Amino acid sequence: MAASLPSLLRSASIAARPLLASAAKSASRPALASVRRMAVAATQEKELSDVILAEREAARLGGGLKRIEAQHARGKLTARERLDLLLDPGSFREFDQFVVHQCVDFGMDKNKITGDGVVTGYGTINGRLVYVFSQDFTVYGGSLSKMHAQKICKVMDKAMLVGAPVIGLNDSGGARIQEGVDSLGGYADIFQRNVMASGVIPQISLIMGPCAGGAVYSPALTDFTLMVRDSSYLFVTGPEVVKAVTNETVTQEELGGAKAHTTKSGVAHLAFDNDVEALNRLREFVDFLPLSNREEPPVRKTEDSAAREDPVLDEIVPVDPTKAYDMKYVVERIVDDGHFYEINPDFAKNIIIGFARMNGKTVGVVGNQPLVSSGVLDINSSVKAARFVRFLDAFNIPILTFVDVPGFLPGTAQEHNGIIRHGAKLLYAYAEATVPKITVITRKAYGGAYDVMASKHLRGDSNYAWPAAEIAVMGAKGAVEIIFRGLDTEGRRKAELDYIRTFANPLPAAQRGFIDDVIEPRTTRKRIIEDLEQLKHKKLTNPAKKHGNIPL
Amino acid sequence: MSSVSSISVSRAAALSSAAAAVAIPAARTASRALSTVASQSQIAPRQARHVQPKSRQAAAVSALPRSIPKRQYATAAAPEKTYPKTFNKILIANRGEIACRVIRTARKMGIKTVAVYSEADASALHVQLADEAVLIGPAPTNQSYLVIENIVKACKQTGAEAVHPGYGFLSENSAFVKALDEAGVAFIGPNTSAMFAMGDKIQSKIIARKAGVSCIPGFDGVVSDAEHAVQISREIGYPVMVKASAGGGGKGMRIAWNDEEAREAFRLSSAEAKSSFGDDRLLVEKFIEDPRHIEIQLIGDQHGNVVYLPERECSIQRRNQKVIEEAPSVHIDPETRRKMGEQAVALAKNVGYYSAGTVEMLCDAHRNFYFLEMNTRLQVEHPITEQITQLDLVELMILVAAGHPLPIAQSDVKIHGWATESRVYAEDPVRFLPSIGRLNHYQEPKLPKEYEGTNAIVRCDSGIREGSEISMYYDPMICKLITHGKDRKESLELMEKALDSYVIKGVTHNIPLLREVVAEADYREGKISTKYLPTKYPKGFLGHQLTPASTVELLATAGYVYARRDERDKSWIQTNVSKFHAPSQKWDIYVVVSNKNMEKESHKVSVEKLGKEYKVVINDETEVVVDADWTLESSLVSVRLQGSDKSGARDSFVVQYSEALPVGFSVIHHGTSFNLNTYSPAQFAATQFMKEKPKLDTSRVVLAPMPGTVVSLSVKPGDTVNEGSEIAIVEAMKMQNVLRAPRGGKIAKVNVSKGASVAADEILVEFEVTPAAKS
Repeated sequence: MAASLPSLLRSASIAARPLLASAAKSASRPALASVRRMAVAATQEKELSDVILAEREAARLGGGLKRIEAQHARGKLTARERLDLLLDPGSFREFDQFVVHQCVDFGMDKNKITGDGVVTGYGTINGRLVYVFSQDFTVYGGSLSKMHAQKICKVMDKAMLVGAPVIGLNDSGGARIQEGVDSLGGYADIFQRNVMASGVIPQISLIMGPCAGGAVYSPALTDFTLMVRDSSYLFVTGPEVVKAVTNETVTQEELGGAKAHTTKSGVAHLAFDNDVEALNRLREFVDFLPLSNREEPPVRKTEDSAAREDPVLDEIVPVDPTKAYDMKYVVERIVDDGHFYEINPDFAKNIIIGFARMNGKTVGVVGNQPLVSSGVLDINSSVKAARFVRFLDAFNIPILTFVDVPGFLPGTAQEHNGIIRHGAKLLYAYAEATVPKITVITRKAYGGAYDVMASKHLRGDSNYAWPAAEIAVMGAKGAVEIIFRGLDTEGRRKAELDYIRTFANPLPAAQRGFIDDVIEPRTTRKRIIEDLEQLKHKKLTNPAKKHGNIPL
Repeated sequence: MSSVSSISVSRAAALSSAAAAVAIPAARTASRALSTVASQSQIAPRQARHVQPKSRQAAAVSALPRSIPKRQYATAAAPEKTYPKTFNKILIANRGEIACRVIRTARKMGIKTVAVYSEADASALHVQLADEAVLIGPAPTNQSYLVIENIVKACKQTGAEAVHPGYGFLSENSAFVKALDEAGVAFIGPNTSAMFAMGDKIQSKIIARKAGVSCIPGFDGVVSDAEHAVQISREIGYPVMVKASAGGGGKGMRIAWNDEEAREAFRLSSAEAKSSFGDDRLLVEKFIEDPRHIEIQLIGDQHGNVVYLPERECSIQRRNQKVIEEAPSVHIDPETRRKMGEQAVALAKNVGYYSAGTVEMLCDAHRNFYFLEMNTRLQVEHPITEQITQLDLVELMILVAAGHPLPIAQSDVKIHGWATESRVYAEDPVRFLPSIGRLNHYQEPKLPKEYEGTNAIVRCDSGIREGSEISMYYDPMICKLITHGKDRKESLELMEKALDSYVIKGVTHNIPLLREVVAEADYREGKISTKYLPTKYPKGFLGHQLTPASTVELLATAGYVYARRDERDKSWIQTNVSKFHAPSQKWDIYVVVSNKNMEKESHKVSVEKLGKEYKVVINDETEVVVDADWTLESSLVSVRLQGSDKSGARDSFVVQYSEALPVGFSVIHHGTSFNLNTYSPAQFAATQFMKEKPKLDTSRVVLAPMPGTVVSLSVKPGDTVNEGSEIAIVEAMKMQNVLRAPRGGKIAKVNVSKGASVAADEILVEFEVTPAAKS
C-alpha cells in the first residue's frame, strides 16, 4: 500500500478537482466576500469582539448560502446540521472554529474559509460523551488540508485521553491538491491515530458523501463503517480511472455505493435511507457501546422481565432436520424487547451478528443462520463474525453465540480463496476472547465448525444445548460411508439410524462435559441472564505479549 | 353405529337410561407434551365426574351447560356434569380451529381424541391437543386431509369408534361416510342419504320445493360447457350466480352479469371446483340483488326429532365469503323466524335428516325468504348460535350420532343476548389476497376488565398460536373471534375492543376491515345486505380514515410513547453519563403520520411529564392529559384521556404499538396501521431536504400478488396485449387469481412457466419499454 498510496490520492483528487475549482470561485461570491470584508473592516473600526463574532458567523456559513443550498438540493445536510441531529440538543461544544489553512500556493492565501472544511468538537448522545468531526462539503468540497487533518487529530487525541468514542461524519472530495504533500501527511496522521485508538475507544465512520482515494483508509481502520444510500460512495479509484485502467464502465454508485459495500464487499456495516435516518439510527447504535475499553458495557433500564419464559422457542426448531428456520427470530425472542441491532445484515447472510441487551446490559450476538446456505461457514461469514468477535472482546462486551452449523463450505472456490486462512480468523478470535462467552447449540454442530463456534474447548463459559442438538463430526450419511464401507442399502440405513441414535443428540457431548447442560429452549433467556450475572466479574488474562499474530 | 341404532326408545326413557349409566372417564393418562398443552390452553385436566340426577327433568337440564363461564368455551369449564355413554374414542378428520374445537368438547365429555395431520401440520395445535395423532400424508390436501382411505386406516389403527369431520374437507362427502360405514366407524353427522340429497345443490332444490320450502328461480342441472352456461344464464336472466355443485361456502362461486362473464365464471369455477372437490359440476341460478343472508341452524336426532335454533345473519361477505356474522338478526321478527324455522324443519324431516345442519336462505327487504342450500355439516359460524342458545352443538352432534335422542325440545330454545363473529383471516383486506408466513407475535384478546362480572364473553376459536405458520396449503383463517353481549350494542362494543387488542404480527390480516365495519354507522344500525362491502368500499378498502377524534387519540398516544421511550433511552444504570444533561421532562416534537393509503400529515406535539401522567398539547390547540398502561416496547398501549376539549376522542382506548422505525414507530389505531415519524424540531427541519426513494414502476411488470403456483399462462414474449387482458392465473389457498395486464403493450419477457411456484411480488411478466412508457 505504501507504494500505491500517492497514486491513489492523485486519482482521488481527480474527482475532487472540479469541486475545488468551483470552491475557489465561490470565495469571491458576494455573501461570503461581504462577511470577510466586514471582518477586515471591523479590525479597524469596531471592537475586537465584533471581529470574533463575524468570524464565527463565517465559520457557521462554511462555504456560503449557495453551496448550502446545493448541498440540500442533493438531499444532504450540512456538516453542522448533521451534528445537531447526531448530538443531544445544545450539547455540542466546538473546537478550532477559527482555524484556517496555511497554504500560500496557487492563490490559496487569498482564499480562506474559517473552520477549513471540518467541524470538530464533543457533545453527548443520550447524555454520554462522544467526540465528533463532521466534514463540510461546502468548503473546498470537504477536501483535507493539513489544518483540517490537525483538527481531526485533536479530537482523536482528546477522545483517547478521556476515553470516549470518536464519530466521524465523512463528506470529502479527497486531498487538498493545492497543499500537496501536507495533505498526504494529514491523512497519515489520522491513520496513525486510528490504529492507536483501535481497541481503546470505539471509532465509527458514517460516510455521508464522497470518500475516495486514500481517504477511504481512515473509515476502513475504524470499527464500524456506515453509509447513506444514494448519496455516499467509497472507493480507492473512481470510475474514470477504472475506465482508463481496466476499460470497465461503471457508475460511482455501482462501484462504491452503499449497496455494493453492504452486499458485495462487506466494507460497510450498515446503510440508511437518508441523513436524518442515518443519524438517528447512529444514536441508537452508540447507546450499545461502552465509551472505552476502560468501561464495562452500558446497562440501561428495561421493562422486559429477566425471568420471561418463551414457549414459542420450544417449537422453533423444525421436526424435519433438513428444514430451515430463522435464527434472527430466535435471537429476537430471547433478547430484551426483541430488539436486535443487526450489523452487516446484507453481507454473508449465513451468519448473523449484532448488538442486543440482556436485562439492560449490552451483549454481542453471533449466530449461524440456517435460512441461508444452511448456516454454513464460508470465507465471508468467518471474516464477518471474526472482526465482530474481536470488537466485542476489545470492549468487554459478552458474546452470545447461537450455533446451528453443518460445517465449512466445501469447494475449490472456497479452498483456493483461502477458507483455511479465513476460517482460522474466527477460530482465533473466539479462542483469544476473554469476555464472558455463552453458547447455545440449537441444532447442528458438526465438525470443525463445532469447535470454532465458541465451543467449550475455546474457553466457553457456559455451553448449552437445546434438546434437538446434534454434536458430531459429520452428518450420519457421511459418517456411515466412512466407518462402514461396502454396506448394502438396508445395512447403510440401519447404520445411519444407529449413528443418529449415538451422536445426533446432545448427550454424548454432555457426558463429556463439553456442554454444561441441556436446557429447555423456553428458559434460554433466563439462563443467559443468570449466567451474565454469574460471570460479571470474570477475570481471564491472556499471556503477556506484544500482540498475537492473527492469520490475516 | 349398529350398537347404537338399536336404541329406539322414547326421549324420556333414553334419558333415564343414560342417567343411570353415568360415564366415569378414567383419569387421563399422561402422554407426550400434554401437560404443557393443557397449561397453555387453560384446559383443566379431565376428572371423573359423578352426578346422580334427581329426576328426569334434572337429567335433561344437566345435559346442557348451566351457565357460560367467562372467556372460555361455553363447554370447556362447564360445571360438574355427566354425559350418557357415547364413544370411547373419536377421530377428528380435520385440522386447525375446528379440530381443536371438537377435541375440547370431546374431552369435556370424557371421550379420547385422535388427530390426523399432514406433514406440514406435525407440530400444529390440534395435534398437540389430541390424545393421539396419526400422520396421513404430505401437505397438499388432496394427498392428506382429502384421502378417504388414509383416514379410515387411521381409525382402524387407533380404534376410533367415530369420526367428526369438522367443516370443509370430507365433511359433506357421502363416499367418505360410506367408507366409514363399511369400516364400522360411526360418522358424527347426517346419514348418507340425507347428505347426498341435501349436499347436492341441485337435488336439494327439488326436494325443498317438494317439502314446501320457497326457492329462488334458477336452473337445476349440470352445466356441460361454457356455451351451455351462457344459454342457461340467458334463460334465467342476468345476473346469475355460478358455483360448484359439490362445494360449500363461497369458494368457487361467481356472479355473471353478461355472457362474457358467464363464460369466465364457468371456466374458473369449474377449474376451482375440480381442484378443491375433485368434481367440476356447477350450478347456475338467479342472483337476487341486495339480499340478506339468513340461515337457520337445525339439530336433529335419529328418532325423528328436529329442532330449529335462532337464525344467524351472514350478510357481511366479500366475494361470497362470510366475513362477519351475528345471531340473531336485526331483520328477522319472531313470526318470520318461526316460518323460516318451520320450513327448515319440514325440509329436514322430509329427508330424514339428523345431526347438525344449516338451511341457508336469502331474505329480501320485505322478509320474503328463499331457500338457497342446506349445509349438511357443522358451519364455521356455529359458535354464535351456541353463545345465544347456551348449547354445545358438537356435544349434541356426538350425542345424536351415538343414537341418543335430543335432550332439548323446540320449546326449550330461547335467545340469550347477542353474539357476533368476526372471521380473522391472514388476508390483505385491500387486495383480498391471502398472506402466508409465521405469526411472529400472536396474542388473542381477553374480556376487557370493565366487563368482568357481567355475562359478556370474548371467545377465540383458533387452531394456531404464537410462532405458528400460516401455510399456503390450507385455508388462511387465523381465528373466529366471537363476542357475546346482553344486546347487539354490547356485542359490537366488545368486538371493537377485542379487535383493538388482538395482536397479530408476521402476516397481513383483515382486522383493519373488520374493525372498520363493526364501528360503521349503517352496520351499527343493522342496515346491511350481502352488497354491504362493495357498496361501502367501491374503490376497495383503504383502512381507517382519520377523523378529528381519532387523530387526537393517535397523537396523544404518539406523544406519550415518544416521551416514555426517550426517558428510557436516558435511564442509564451503568455507564458514564454527563452531569450537564439531565433527562428532559418536556418534549417538543413533530409527528408525521402516514400510511400507504393516505397523504402525510404533520402535527406539532408538545409533551410534559406530570408525575405518572403526561400532558400532551396538539398543534398548540388541543390539550389532553394521558394516563396510560404500557410496558415499554410491548404491543398494547391502554390509554385513558382527559381534557375539556378532546375533539370527540374517547376517554379510554387501546392502541397497538407495532415496531420501532428508523425515526419513530408504527402503531395500529382503529385497526389500521400508521407510521408515526417522531421528529425533534431540528430533525423535522431537516426532513424537507430528504429525497423520496424511487419506487419500482409496476406499470411495466406483472407481479405475483402472493406466493402460489402458476396454473396457466396466457402470453408469450412478443405477444401484444390490451389493458385488462388475462396474463396468467396463480393459484394459492384454493383460490384462482387472474392476473391482468396493467396496460396495453408488447410482452418483452416471461419469467415463469406453467406449474412454477412463485413468491409474492416476484416479477412474472415484463412489458417492452415503448417510448410512451418511458415518458
